[in-house]
Amino acid sequence: MEEEVPFLRLSGLSKRFGGVRALEDIDWDVRPGEVHCLVGENGCGKSTLIKTVAGVHPPSAGTIEIEGKDVLPLDPAKAKALGIQVIFQDLSLFPNLSVAENIAVESHLDGALKPVRTGQMKAIARRVLARLDLTLDLSALVSDLSVAERQIVAIARGLAAQARLIFMDEPTASLTRAEVDRLLAIVARLKADGIAVVFVSHRLDEVVEIAERVTVMRDGRKVGTWPVHEVDQRRIAHLMTGLDIDHAVVARDMSAAPPLLEVRNLSRRGEFADVSFTLRKGEVLGLVGLLGAGRTELALTLFGMSRAEGGEILLDGKPLVLRSNREAVRAGIAYVSEDRLSLGVVLPQSIEDNVNLAVMKGLANRFGLIPPRRRRQLAGEWVKRLAIKIPGLDRPVQTLSGGNQQRVVLAKWLAAAPKLLILDSPTVGVDIKNKQGIYEVVAELAARGVGVLLISDEVSEVFATCDRVLHMRAGRLVGETVPGRISEHEMEERIYA
Amino acid sequence: MPDALSVAGAVPHASDGRAGLTRLRRRPEFWLLLVILIVGALFSALAPGFLSLPNVIDLLETYSVQAVMAMGLFVVLVAGGIDISFAATASVSQYCAALLASQMGLPAPLVILAGLLIGTALGCLNAALIFYLRITSIIATIAMMSVSFSLLMYFSGGRSIYTLPDWWTTRITFFQTETASGDLARITLPIVLMIVVALVTWAMMTRLSVGRQLYAMGGNAEAARRIGVPIARLHFVAYGYLGFTAALAGMLQAHRVGESVPNAFANTELAVLSAAVLGGASLTGGIGTVPGVLLGIVLLAMLQNGLNLLGVSSYFFQIVIGLTILVSTSVTVISSRRGRRLRGIGEASTHG
Repeated sequence: MEEEVPFLRLSGLSKRFGGVRALEDIDWDVRPGEVHCLVGENGCGKSTLIKTVAGVHPPSAGTIEIEGKDVLPLDPAKAKALGIQVIFQDLSLFPNLSVAENIAVESHLDGALKPVRTGQMKAIARRVLARLDLTLDLSALVSDLSVAERQIVAIARGLAAQARLIFMDEPTASLTRAEVDRLLAIVARLKADGIAVVFVSHRLDEVVEIAERVTVMRDGRKVGTWPVHEVDQRRIAHLMTGLDIDHAVVARDMSAAPPLLEVRNLSRRGEFADVSFTLRKGEVLGLVGLLGAGRTELALTLFGMSRAEGGEILLDGKPLVLRSNREAVRAGIAYVSEDRLSLGVVLPQSIEDNVNLAVMKGLANRFGLIPPRRRRQLAGEWVKRLAIKIPGLDRPVQTLSGGNQQRVVLAKWLAAAPKLLILDSPTVGVDIKNKQGIYEVVAELAARGVGVLLISDEVSEVFATCDRVLHMRAGRLVGETVPGRISEHEMEERIYA
Repeated sequence: MPDALSVAGAVPHASDGRAGLTRLRRRPEFWLLLVILIVGALFSALAPGFLSLPNVIDLLETYSVQAVMAMGLFVVLVAGGIDISFAATASVSQYCAALLASQMGLPAPLVILAGLLIGTALGCLNAALIFYLRITSIIATIAMMSVSFSLLMYFSGGRSIYTLPDWWTTRITFFQTETASGDLARITLPIVLMIVVALVTWAMMTRLSVGRQLYAMGGNAEAARRIGVPIARLHFVAYGYLGFTAALAGMLQAHRVGESVPNAFANTELAVLSAAVLGGASLTGGIGTVPGVLLGIVLLAMLQNGLNLLGVSSYFFQIVIGLTILVSTSVTVISSRRGRRLRGIGEASTHG
């Protein structure tokens, strides 16, 4: 096994952008049919590494070998011809085209006047999906598919293009647990077909689950490669960050605190039914369940974006009727959405503008005008407190990394000083160090009496941050647990059983 | 595991009749056809001459020029761009060709070729501005519209050319029949040309790889670039084709009216754009069909002609067009949004 020629071998690979070293002397290999995990914090050079192997960036030094042959210089077309496929985080699909056309898109590429053979494209798509043992409606538009289904289309497209090594950049960032399991099953199939898969992931539990080897990168260098059974999550986290991160249980008994939010028999047809719970001042309440369990729908109703059809909501003991999210903000409710890229921030606007977005009124002086100095002060203060890495307050949010964007969203709501903060999957796509930062903010807010409702897919996350955890299934609350009274494993069993 | 895997295909299947119907209901062409049938029935009840064969044929001929332009504009819209300058391009090509024919007495094939070349070149100039200089397409083409139209007015002095040669202005009839009422109904060159251009455009966009590449680029330009779609070439194809069809429409218009008037196409660009949008072509790119755009033209033609027959003011017609566009686009959005919400709930129940 050890004597086998690796499919891909990098030796002494370096990449500089101007004076910045993005990759430094990387020696790395991927074996045929191997599942390999590449982990590291944001900005550690993972993406540069992928792009260099995919022929997007020419390396500054070093060699790239495929099956023992030096393949430099490399361009994207040549890399593809050698069987290297990259599935980018945004999936790069065509939402306006059918599933079949997306999968067999390569058959359009050469020439301009070649006839389109729909039957042939469908046959290609069907064959590839059959290899994955999956069915999808081939004539459905990709814009009608769920994220998980789109990912399948992206993988199928790689297979249709004769992939032998597939890089998946953050493939699980927007998937729920059940969908991740499905993806892992697909990866197992690829492996059985002799196709190597390199997973680039932030979520460490997956790394340990499916990979044979793990490579950790930090600051453009390779820290090392280990067989997966020699490292555990804690050690990987340590290798990635150089920090020791403590996942101790923090659950406190908050039953003496005054109730902040009381929800009684709340229902909305087709979304959730008969939901009752109490959230106390300063409490961190977890809400877990599968995608489609109604968690986000419940959160949107609590935030006034949709109206409940039955039941009541009490805030500070007073009945709360919300006709819009503006009223919710005025009542002291803040909501950080799951999809930070489309709902949470205004990407092309500056960091300062985004932080100030939810508090405009509060900043206004007696003439109703907002003094620029107060805006800048407020934004500057939150940037410092959340340790957001920014080049300047006037820079557009879209220039920041995902984790820092997430913290800008958080800053936006914290600046509004809410009573109740609803966090919907706040750490999706965020790396460990930044996650820890978010947890610290949550704990700090709770200590100041803010009630936090934390919606999450990750049991380890709610286990480590919440005082109590509610389980939601098919629109109903089906159970409540206290972290520490049962183990993390037991909790996972109860939720995903 | 296979159990879990099959859930991934939770999309309704094509063979499912209800899914097919849902899909049909989400197509703008479906709604447009419905509206056209209703409007048609209404007008034929109110204005007896409306559905007569001569009136319908006459309508087709009148709108053939706009339909030919709309085919070119449709290609640009699908590619993810927009072009405001095509009416000016049509005027310039028409006038230049008219000059060559009347002043220099060039033969027909040369005049037509020159006109088409001028149109295509102006289109390619747009493509170059948009692709190489990265000027937003609406800005680049507004600028080009100003420049080319003003140059035309400057050099022509606004003078029309009435001395077009006979080969240009002679009516060409492919088929004619006498109706029961004794009127003549003729299938003439403009109608035939419109059908040919529509067929060519349809074939190019649905049956040739270049068309699918255009759809792909309009749907996700970044992804198209990543997988190696020839972006530069596609810009020239789209804007060049629009220039070509604009020139063709320009010369066709002169053929119909027997003269070349420099400002004959004033405001045509907005009418054609309205028709394309009505027909479901998306201004964000990647979406739209030839039948849809043609139906958009048909609806506009019917509204104008029908209201005319009823003796309604032409300002009122503009109001109706505006309202029709608002209503038809919102119906499309609402029906697709409803589809999405129902699907979300369906998913929730499968997890129960």
